[in-house]
Amino acid sequence: MAKTKSDEPKTGETTGDRTLTFGGVWAYAPAPESTDHFTIAPRHELFVGGEFRKPKTGEYFATINPATEAVLSEVALAGEKDVDAAVQAATKAFPAWRKLSGEDRARYLFRIARILLERAREFACLETLDNGKPIKETRDVDVPLAAQHFFYHAGWADKLDLLFPGERPEPLGVIGQVIPWNFPLLMAAWKIAPALAAGNTVVLKPAETSPLTALRLCEVFQQAGLPPGVVNVITGDGKTGQALVRHPGLAKVAFTGSTEVGKEIQRAVAGQGVELTLELGGKAAHLVFEDAAIDQAVEGVVRGIFFNQGHVCCAGSRLLVQESVHDLLVGKLKTRMGRIRVGDPMDKNTDMGAIHSAPQLARIRELVGDGVQSGCELWQPTCTLPPKGYWFAPAVFTGVSMSHRIAREEIFGPVLAVTTFRTPEEAVEKANNTAYGLSAGIWTDKGARILWLAERMKAGVVWNNTFNRFDAASPFGGFKESGFGREGGRQGLRAYVRLAGGLGAG
Amino acid sequence: MPAATSPTEFRVPPVDAVALETRAADLGTRSIKKAAKVQGLKLAVAMMDLTTLEGMDSPGKVIQLCNKARTPHPSRPDVGPCAAVCVYPDLVPIAVEALRGSTVQVAAVATGFPSGRTDRQTKLREVELAVAAGATEIDMVIDRGAFLAGRYGQVFDEICAVKAACGPAHLKVILETGELKTYDNIRRACRIALLAGGDFLKTSTGKVTPASTLPVVLLLLEAARDWFLETGRMVGVKAAGGIRTGKDALKYLVLVAETCGDRWMSPQWFRFGASSLLTDVLMQLEKERTGRYQRATDFSAD
Repeated sequence: MAKTKSDEPKTGETTGDRTLTFGGVWAYAPAPESTDHFTIAPRHELFVGGEFRKPKTGEYFATINPATEAVLSEVALAGEKDVDAAVQAATKAFPAWRKLSGEDRARYLFRIARILLERAREFACLETLDNGKPIKETRDVDVPLAAQHFFYHAGWADKLDLLFPGERPEPLGVIGQVIPWNFPLLMAAWKIAPALAAGNTVVLKPAETSPLTALRLCEVFQQAGLPPGVVNVITGDGKTGQALVRHPGLAKVAFTGSTEVGKEIQRAVAGQGVELTLELGGKAAHLVFEDAAIDQAVEGVVRGIFFNQGHVCCAGSRLLVQESVHDLLVGKLKTRMGRIRVGDPMDKNTDMGAIHSAPQLARIRELVGDGVQSGCELWQPTCTLPPKGYWFAPAVFTGVSMSHRIAREEIFGPVLAVTTFRTPEEAVEKANNTAYGLSAGIWTDKGARILWLAERMKAGVVWNNTFNRFDAASPFGGFKESGFGREGGRQGLRAYVRLAGGLGAG
Repeated sequence: MPAATSPTEFRVPPVDAVALETRAADLGTRSIKKAAKVQGLKLAVAMMDLTTLEGMDSPGKVIQLCNKARTPHPSRPDVGPCAAVCVYPDLVPIAVEALRGSTVQVAAVATGFPSGRTDRQTKLREVELAVAAGATEIDMVIDRGAFLAGRYGQVFDEICAVKAACGPAHLKVILETGELKTYDNIRRACRIALLAGGDFLKTSTGKVTPASTLPVVLLLLEAARDWFLETGRMVGVKAAGGIRTGKDALKYLVLVAETCGDRWMSPQWFRFGASSLLTDVLMQLEKERTGRYQRATDFSAD
């Protein structure tokens, strides 16, 4: 054991070099999750009327693994006739489904939740392969949370009268749902569960680039004995989605995705008597004050922007930090970013997986390039990225002004923009200075300040000393260009019922 | 370093309990396989302070423990030796004799271990005697009574005095985190121990529940890391009590590897204080070598 130097009687060994190095002594061996417990069919059909059907278009498209660019399977391309058939099937199933008692609908939802958990490992692997996100996240977040949404809404199915006392909640009819590629299974569960609990039937269109888990969920519906036509899943591209949201047979459209497409949908359904909820983009801010628990704030910032490769609508992509702790925080953040393990998404020790698609990678690169051009300082840890697939190392920009594109536009990737503030008022002003309003994160040890700030944040979700925590019981949704309507919780169910009025009204 | 006796000197950043525990749990999910597992388990053996701190300890038991520390597994020369043997002061001469010629250090608990409820003169005398008897490491307990009453200066002064009494021996400061209760308290106790010149931050005596936990050790590691970045001085961290399986030991090693990094990945800077951990680690190492679990009776029970 080394002895202390005689001129330093009070402490351990002194060294001039204060750098920390990692991974040089003990390297983790590869720990890939096995995939021998399930198979992926070479071709996937549409799920309409309780069975898998060939598309009337006769066309198929490939879905790939973004980590390797290998083709995973072919998926049916639904045309207008297929969309129509799906809406017809949902329309046909609606009268019987709405008449079913809440208790009976709950039974189906409970069964779905239970089967989903029984097949959790399979769903986690499939999601990771099709999406590129790490197995750690699909295993610990996506799949359990998807199941939770079915459990949670099963609980409400026979208690809708208690949710809306005296207002006679009734189902709307056939719901058209279009979901994005960043949480394919979770978004499907998030949309389908409340719709079914309230007695509606559904036509769901998963994203073109990540359709496999939603299609496998249809196997779960079959296993659970869900009546044919109650849920229909049609795969395809943007045109399929357009055909669905414009279909006259829908009572409601629920969309999660980009603000651009959301606006298109809003225009398309205007004046059609169709209900609409939109959950769109975001440019959320972390507000870190000097009295914050600094190491935990660093963890939260990392979770906020690098979770799911930053492909999160509520990602904390802006870091507003009090000037007095800027250097300390950014220093700690960079050290921590160097610890993020980027690579094979199927490895159980991977923290950040592949960027979902080539176009998304191109968009990230374009915006990062713009940030560099604007004179912001870019920092990325050195990490070895796999030769194939779409990859982008975690990135942080310092010296960012509110006018820079990287501070205004949604990047939807692992890129953080850091700005400073001096007073709480300035923090509020900067945080709200965005077209979006989905989420915000407040980091301070002072309870009174948390309340003061939360009141002033124009954001649907405000996290205090945490970030990116989700729960089926907690409503989620935005302000401004982040959309309208809430999902999850009692507020989320409200969007799937019509309140027919007081008991005396007929 | 000027004596710091005012509480303002001991100010530390707040700790968010939920987030700290989340991070510790997250690191606990690391999957350590194959070569990394073998390397980690061997490192754990080398980082171990084999401990016996019972009223019924006997010279015979201490000698057995010393032999085990020298060669943890007779047929595995690639495993061990352990870092130290940790005993009560009166058994130090026995351990020194039994460990002569080996690299295994002799650690003595002192300062009225485990409660620390005795006067300072007795504490210092106990340290001096243990060092004189040949202990190269002293595991002291802080005055929790003074700490919880807010008399931080008193805690600081006592650690300074013990450090002086240690002479060349290394000082491990036992915070007894199970009695400090809050992470904020623990973080502040770390600060006091660091300012006072402690060479190691140690979680527990092993006599109080909870003893070592992953979040607490994460916090100690963060304190050691920040102290290094602030002053350039390295201090060690010792997780003591309640660590019973190889799997647990690997989780602690992950905390070290991902919080402090390479510099701390040696027995000089990270220790496990344990009595029953070694047998499970050896069992896991044999399982990795042979592909099968061996009988418990294949490992010496001492």
